[in-house]
Amino acid sequence: MSYVTKSPWIIHYDGSSCNGCDIEVLACLTPIYDLERFGIINTGNPKHADIFLVTGSVNEQNVNVVKQIYEQMPEPKAVVAVGICAASGGIFKECYNVMGGIDTVIPVDVYVPGCAARPEAIIDGVVKGIGVLAEKRAAMDKKPAIMDKKPAATVQTEDNEEA
Amino acid sequence: MTIVLFLILFPLIAALTLLVFKTDAARDIIVKASSILIAAASIYLAVQYFDSKEEYFEFGNVTLSTLMMVIEICLAIIIFYLGIKNKKYLASVLAAIQTPVMVWFELNIGHSITVVNNLYADRFSIIMGLIIGVIGTSICWYSIGYMKDFQHHHHEEPDRRPWFFFLMFLFISAMFGIVFSNNLVWLYFFWEITTLCSFFLISYTKTQETINNAFRALIMNLFGGVGFVLAIVVLGRFYGILELNQMIAMGTMGINVVIPASLLAFAGITKAAQMPFNSWLLGAMVAPTPTSALLHSSTMVKAGVFIIVKLSPVLGWNIAGIMVTMVGGITFLLASFAAISQSNAKRVLAYSTAANLGLIAACAGIGTYAAVWAAIMLIIFHAVTKSLLFLCVGTAEHNIGSRDIEDMDGLFGRMPKLATFMIVGIAGMFLAPFGMLISKWAAMKAFIDSGNILLVMIIAFGSAATLFYWTKWLGKMAAIMAKRENIQSNVHKEEWHVLTLLTLLTIIICLIFPMISSLLIVPYLQTVFPSVSVMALSSGNMYIMSAMLALVVLLPLLFNGKSNRRIVPIYMSGANLGDDLTFRGSMQKDVAVSLKNWYMEEYFGEKKMNLIGIIAAAAVLVSTFALLLGGLI
Amino acid sequence: MNLTTSIIGITAYLILAPVAGGLLAGIDRKISARMQGRFGPPILQPFYDFFKLLEKEPITVNKVQDFYVMCFLLFIIITGCFFFAGGDLLLVIFTLTLASVFLVVAAFSSNSPYAQVGAERELLQMMAYEPMALLTAVGFYLVNGSFNVADAVTSQVMAIQYLPGIFLGFVFILTIKLRKSPFDLSMSHHAHQELVKGLTTEFSGKTMAFIEIAHWYENIFLLGIVYMFIAYSAVWSPVIAVIVCFAIYFLEILIDNNYARMKWQIALNSSWVVALTFGFVNLLILYFIG
Repeated sequence: MSYVTKSPWIIHYDGSSCNGCDIEVLACLTPIYDLERFGIINTGNPKHADIFLVTGSVNEQNVNVVKQIYEQMPEPKAVVAVGICAASGGIFKECYNVMGGIDTVIPVDVYVPGCAARPEAIIDGVVKGIGVLAEKRAAMDKKPAIMDKKPAATVQTEDNEEA
Repeated sequence: MTIVLFLILFPLIAALTLLVFKTDAARDIIVKASSILIAAASIYLAVQYFDSKEEYFEFGNVTLSTLMMVIEICLAIIIFYLGIKNKKYLASVLAAIQTPVMVWFELNIGHSITVVNNLYADRFSIIMGLIIGVIGTSICWYSIGYMKDFQHHHHEEPDRRPWFFFLMFLFISAMFGIVFSNNLVWLYFFWEITTLCSFFLISYTKTQETINNAFRALIMNLFGGVGFVLAIVVLGRFYGILELNQMIAMGTMGINVVIPASLLAFAGITKAAQMPFNSWLLGAMVAPTPTSALLHSSTMVKAGVFIIVKLSPVLGWNIAGIMVTMVGGITFLLASFAAISQSNAKRVLAYSTAANLGLIAACAGIGTYAAVWAAIMLIIFHAVTKSLLFLCVGTAEHNIGSRDIEDMDGLFGRMPKLATFMIVGIAGMFLAPFGMLISKWAAMKAFIDSGNILLVMIIAFGSAATLFYWTKWLGKMAAIMAKRENIQSNVHKEEWHVLTLLTLLTIIICLIFPMISSLLIVPYLQTVFPSVSVMALSSGNMYIMSAMLALVVLLPLLFNGKSNRRIVPIYMSGANLGDDLTFRGSMQKDVAVSLKNWYMEEYFGEKKMNLIGIIAAAAVLVSTFALLLGGLI
Repeated sequence: MNLTTSIIGITAYLILAPVAGGLLAGIDRKISARMQGRFGPPILQPFYDFFKLLEKEPITVNKVQDFYVMCFLLFIIITGCFFFAGGDLLLVIFTLTLASVFLVVAAFSSNSPYAQVGAERELLQMMAYEPMALLTAVGFYLVNGSFNVADAVTSQVMAIQYLPGIFLGFVFILTIKLRKSPFDLSMSHHAHQELVKGLTTEFSGKTMAFIEIAHWYENIFLLGIVYMFIAYSAVWSPVIAVIVCFAIYFLEILIDNNYARMKWQIALNSSWVVALTFGFVNLLILYFIG
């Protein structure tokens, strides 16, 4: 088993959300929910993070930021879209500046629905994300070996599990 | 003895030759040939007198003394005239005081005192000779390339380079005179030559600013000169001697020589740019960089601490020793603080120089075996490392067009070789396995053993400040910035020669310092301090330091500079435009990243530090001389 | 201390310090969580973090920063080795400074805004604690007549009896060295703040893992200095000394949880004032009675 499952560090980014989901994300850190039980730390730095937790949708202003944060995270990494806006754009979907859910720009591994998503649901989503991380980690180990034998077969790590 | 005379006279000949031959080609050859000869001669001297403890030479006659007196009068007239011409009357007044007194003394008292040994060579003067001979001449060598650039940058002005090189070599000649003279009258003669040389070197570009600063240096050094003259008069009139070694011998035998010692130490304090006289050293930074390197690393200021270290056996727990210790300690602390607030590289170096000289003076003032060991070590390491740093800044200035540390960011990408040299220099000034820290360590131990707790506090706080201002400079240069063009191919080859030599010397001296200590410094100290106390550093620690240095040097060599890691842009809240130099700001505007160091003006502002330091140090000096005068009356 | 004990000391330090340091960090996080009314992570969490970081994809912002960080780790270990070999306390402090400078330069080398602010603050912290650290060494020298750690722990007198002021001063700067609030200016283990992760912003994966383990090594030898204050030739003193080390560490956790981060001015002023009062007065008294 990979250690990444025991120490998933999170970066939380707020796209164009109403801040409802963000409040709930922070609620996860409070004594009632205490995310740190699982070794989860909210790092705020993509270079230290394993899980990219995004709330809100992507718009013309933040699209590059979302992409860059994702790119600066070292592998293995997972993306958890929290709330309906992050999943599909939600009630802002038709706004002139909104491009849609997070998956319009980066691959999303776990969707946590809700408006706003409840802390329990968010924790559940993150734990699902941990599972994705473990798979990706395992794939990282296999990849070079497979490459040696038959270069054609690369492992698909896309995973569209839904919470 | 011939070799000592050669060292004093040959640079003089070279200087005069340089005044005659004015073409670039001829100058290059003369400077290079004489630099090599002088360096070789200083090494030869070290080898020749290596086995002897100390040797005194009788050389001298009446004609020579008369000649010196005539030159002295000429110098005084020049200073007097310059002072009147530039409306700096204080300089004229000081010149008009000291030289007539000196002439009166020589005619009435001086000639009746028989001076047996005019010149000498002991291990300390050999060390100083090596510093002047090797580092002083390499600075001249460096100047060949540098002054070409300098002339190029100032092409609208007349070419004064023959004058410049004349002064440089004259200076070296006078410095050799200072370190090898036993006769105080001779020492004073050479002392005054360095004062006047520094005046002309600082005012080289002849702008109003340089002339003002040159006069400040001149006036402050003339104050020291007055102190020197008084010391000679007192010694001649009341003790009937004119020889340095006799004076020190008297002092160690228990005869009270506090008054001449304080006067000579006062002269040393002015020359070593200690507070309250530190402003001349700061002002001297307007001069071309080789001048700064020569004045502030290996020669001028070193003459000041040289005389104080020479006097150290008669200092210690007496009023002269306390004066030197306090002034040195105050300068070390406050100049270190003031360096934090500076962004001009040369001013940082100037404050650091004043601070280190303060430490040397404080060590010498303590006057114990271990403290003087530390002082001499500091002199050696400081001379090498500081000249390296000055010359690096000079080269950087000519190639990036600024001497501001803020403009040196990313120097590692633009001039990797120069940046490496500079990093060695900076590390050499404060980091663990390098020389300055070793000496500081020894100094600290000596301070504790001497029971001077105030100095222990001063060195603890001063070291903390030193750490801060060097590391932030180091960090600026170590920064790796994208898309920097490599511009180091424009540097003259003479500059590379010298920078490489000095970098290697910085490292090698640190590697072999246990040898330098046991072969040169300890034997010298054993002759000066009859009762040998414990060593400043245990030999075990010395070897640990050398081993650590070898490790620090080897590590970068083992590191091949390759990395198979994926290189990602730096984190700028996701708004990095990809080049690491700009980010997308508000309203979709592209903003350039600009990172600046901390200067903590409100804590360590230059004005505040200088004010406190000058008042405190002046109070020490005034009360010392008031006490001495009170004791007389 | 002879060669054998030195070698035993170094070997034990090299092997046990990361284990002890990691456990200490785990206990620290657990106690902090309990103080905040949370359940907290497992005690072994720091080790999980460490191994996870080792597994991550290696990324960097330039080719040299990892080299500087390696040097930082190496010299931290050398510092600890000098200490546990019973070496010179001043040598230990100077080597520690060298190591810290490597870390600062590593952060500077990235030319990243957050890392550079962190680096400047780290430097400020170093400037703040350096005088007190040196005075601590001076204090031991005055009591034992030697800078050697070995002589201090085999001395005939308990150092803290003569150095109460120095001890308090050292505990004060320990807050800075252990990166605890209110003086965790340059980086913080807590949730992300205005600095992102300050000094360590641009380090990730293995490089970050090396910094973690370096901090474990560092923390153990810092507690070693606390140990020096208590331990002397009496047989029972090592036990008391270890208990005091734990008590001091607990105190630091308590302080950490009770204070918000303060301004850098307060960090500098207060630690210098502490050095000038507790440190200086203590030394002064030692000179008078000695």
